[in-house]
Amino acid sequence: MSIRLENISKHFGSTQALEPVNLDIHEGELVGLLGPSGSGKTTLLRIIAGLENADRTTPPGRILFGERDVTRVHVRDRRIGFVFQHYALFRHMSVYDNVAFGLTVMPRKERPSSGEIRARVFRLLEMVQLEHLAKRYPAQLSGGQQQRVSLARALAVKPDVLLLDEPFGALDAKVRQDLRRWLRRLHSELNFTSVFVTHDQEEALELSDRVVVMSNGRIEQIDTPDTLYRAPRNRFVFEFLGDVNHLEGSVHNGVLTCGNAYLNVDLPNGAEELLLRPHEVRLAEQPSDTCHLPVVVTAISPVGAEVRVELEADWLAKPWLATVRHADFERLEMKRGQHLYAHPRQWHRFNEHALPAAQATRVA
Amino acid sequence: MNQRASRFAGSTRVLPGFGLSMGISVLFISLVLLLPITGLFGQLAGLSLAEYWAIITEGRVVASYMVTIGAAAVAALVNAVFGLLLAWVLVRYEFPGKRLLDALMDLPFALPTAVAGITLATLYAGSGWMGKLLEPTGFQVAYTWVGIALAMAFTSIPFVVRTVQPVLEDLPAEVDEAAMSLGATDGVAFRRVIMPHLWPALVTGTGLAFVRSLGEFGAIIFIAGNMPYETEITALMIFVKLQEYDYAGASAIASVVLFVSLALLLAINVWQGRFVRRLHGGKG
Repeated sequence: MSIRLENISKHFGSTQALEPVNLDIHEGELVGLLGPSGSGKTTLLRIIAGLENADRTTPPGRILFGERDVTRVHVRDRRIGFVFQHYALFRHMSVYDNVAFGLTVMPRKERPSSGEIRARVFRLLEMVQLEHLAKRYPAQLSGGQQQRVSLARALAVKPDVLLLDEPFGALDAKVRQDLRRWLRRLHSELNFTSVFVTHDQEEALELSDRVVVMSNGRIEQIDTPDTLYRAPRNRFVFEFLGDVNHLEGSVHNGVLTCGNAYLNVDLPNGAEELLLRPHEVRLAEQPSDTCHLPVVVTAISPVGAEVRVELEADWLAKPWLATVRHADFERLEMKRGQHLYAHPRQWHRFNEHALPAAQATRVA
Repeated sequence: MNQRASRFAGSTRVLPGFGLSMGISVLFISLVLLLPITGLFGQLAGLSLAEYWAIITEGRVVASYMVTIGAAAVAALVNAVFGLLLAWVLVRYEFPGKRLLDALMDLPFALPTAVAGITLATLYAGSGWMGKLLEPTGFQVAYTWVGIALAMAFTSIPFVVRTVQPVLEDLPAEVDEAAMSLGATDGVAFRRVIMPHLWPALVTGTGLAFVRSLGEFGAIIFIAGNMPYETEITALMIFVKLQEYDYAGASAIASVVLFVSLALLLAINVWQGRFVRRLHGGKG
C-alpha cells in the first residue's frame, strides 16, 4: 500500500514541529525518516499512524493510503501496525496473548475462529523465532526478544503499512545489528510498506530503500542511501550523514590560505569553507606545490578495515579525522606526534544561497 | 534457608545501619502501634468469654455493625468509581487548575473530620443548601444512612485517588496507543489493557477506604442522627460505652473493629502480592 502525504503540518502550542510536508512512499518500500532529535521525524510518523492529528490548514492536508483517504480516520481503523521504541507490550499478558491481542479485539463478525487465531499467532511467533517462549511474560524476555514480540503483534492484524518508531533505539549494538538484518529480510519476504524513524544515519542508510532526511520540521532531502551519501543536497545533509572535516580560510587569486596552510582552489576571492570526508584526506610526508597543509597525528585507532587517525594543527579550529588504509599506515610508519601533510582527494562546498547548492571538486 | 541465614548474619551485610534503623523502627512501632493495642487487650482480660460475646452481640451493637459496614461498603464502592475517575483525570489530561484539584484531593486528610462532619450536617439538614434542594424530592440525606455513607466517602476518597494515581502515572500512554493501533475500541483497551494494571491499586485503595470508614467517628456523628438501631455507627457505640465508664465493653467492641480491619488489610496484601508477581513474570 503506497502512502501519500500532502501539505501535512503540525504545531505544538506556538512551536512548529512540522512545516508543510509532502511525501510519497511507494508500495513495498522501506523508508527511513532520519534526523536529529526535535527534527519532527517522530511527529511525522505519528501523524501517518493517526496517533497525532495534523494541523487543519488551507489547502487541507491529506494522508492517502493507496486510494483511501485516511486523514480523518481514527488510528484503530487505519489498518496500520505500530512498533514503539520501548516495545509497549502488555505486561500482564503472555507473549501469545500479546500477539493475539489484535485478532481477539476484532468485531465478532470479522474475528477469526480461535483455532485460526492460534495458528496465525504461532506462525508469527515462528517467524520471529519465539514460538518456544509463547507462555512467557514480557518481563521474562530480553529487549531484543520483546521488540520481536512487538513486531509480531503489529503484523498479526495484517496491516497495510508498518510504522516503527526508533525500533532498535533501546537495544545494544550487537542485538541492533541482528534485528536490522532480520527486519530487512522480513521486509523483502513479506513485502509490506514500512516507514521507520531513526536518528542513527548508519541504520537509515543500511536499512532503507529511500531515506528522508529531516531537520527542524523540514524535509531536507529524499533519496536512496547511495545518492544521499554521494550527492547531498545541502550542508545539513552532508554533515549529518557522516564525519566531516572543515577547512576555513580566505581565497585570494586562487589560493585558499589559513594560517600557514594553503591550498590551490579554483574559486573566486573571498571567505570560504570547504568540507571533506575522512576518506577524502590523504596523508603524505611531503607537501606539494599546490597544497601545503601541515598536521600532527594526535590519536590513532587501528580497529576495522581502515585506520582512523586524528590530526591537529595550529590552523585548524577542530581536529580532523582521516581514514588511512592499513598498507599506507604501515608505509608511513605512523605514530602519535608525527608531522605529516594532508592532501585532499576531493572537497565539497555548500553555498547556502546560490544554486546549485552543492559542489564537489576532485583534486588531482 | 541458607540464603536466609546469611541474610541475618550481620557480618555479610554491605548496606550499613541495619541494626540501628531496624531497632528504632521496632521501638517506634511498639510504642505507637503495639502498646495501645496491647492496652486494649489488657482491658479485655477483665472479661470472661461469655461476657465478651454478650457485649459484642448485643442487639443495638449488631445493628450498628450493619449500619457501619453497609454504609462503608457503599462509600468504598462509590469512591472506587469516582476515585478512579479523578485519578484518571489528574494523570491523563492537562487542564487549568489541575494542581489545585490535585491539592484538593488531600483536603479530607488535612481537615479535622469534625469540621467536615459539621459542614456536611449543616449543608444537608432540612434548612441547609442541599437539604432545601432535596426536600421536595423527599430524599433525605442528613440523619439517615445515606448521610453516613456520604461522610465516609468524603473522608476516604484520597485513599483511592492516591493509590491509583502513581500506578496510572507509571503506565505509559504508549500502551493505550498500542492497543488502539491494533484496533481495540476505547472500552476494550480500558478493560483489557489498562484495568489489569490498575486492579491491585484500586482494590488496595478501596480496601483502605473501607477500613478507614469502619473507624470514622468525627465526620459521621453530626450527620448520622444517631438513632438507636437505625443510624448508630460502631464507633459511636464505643464512645457511648466509654462515657458510661465501661472501658471493658468499649474495648470489646473496638476489638471487633480491629479484627475486621486487620483481616481485610491482610487479605488485600496477600492478594496483591500474588497479582504483582504475575505482572513481573512470576519472578516475584
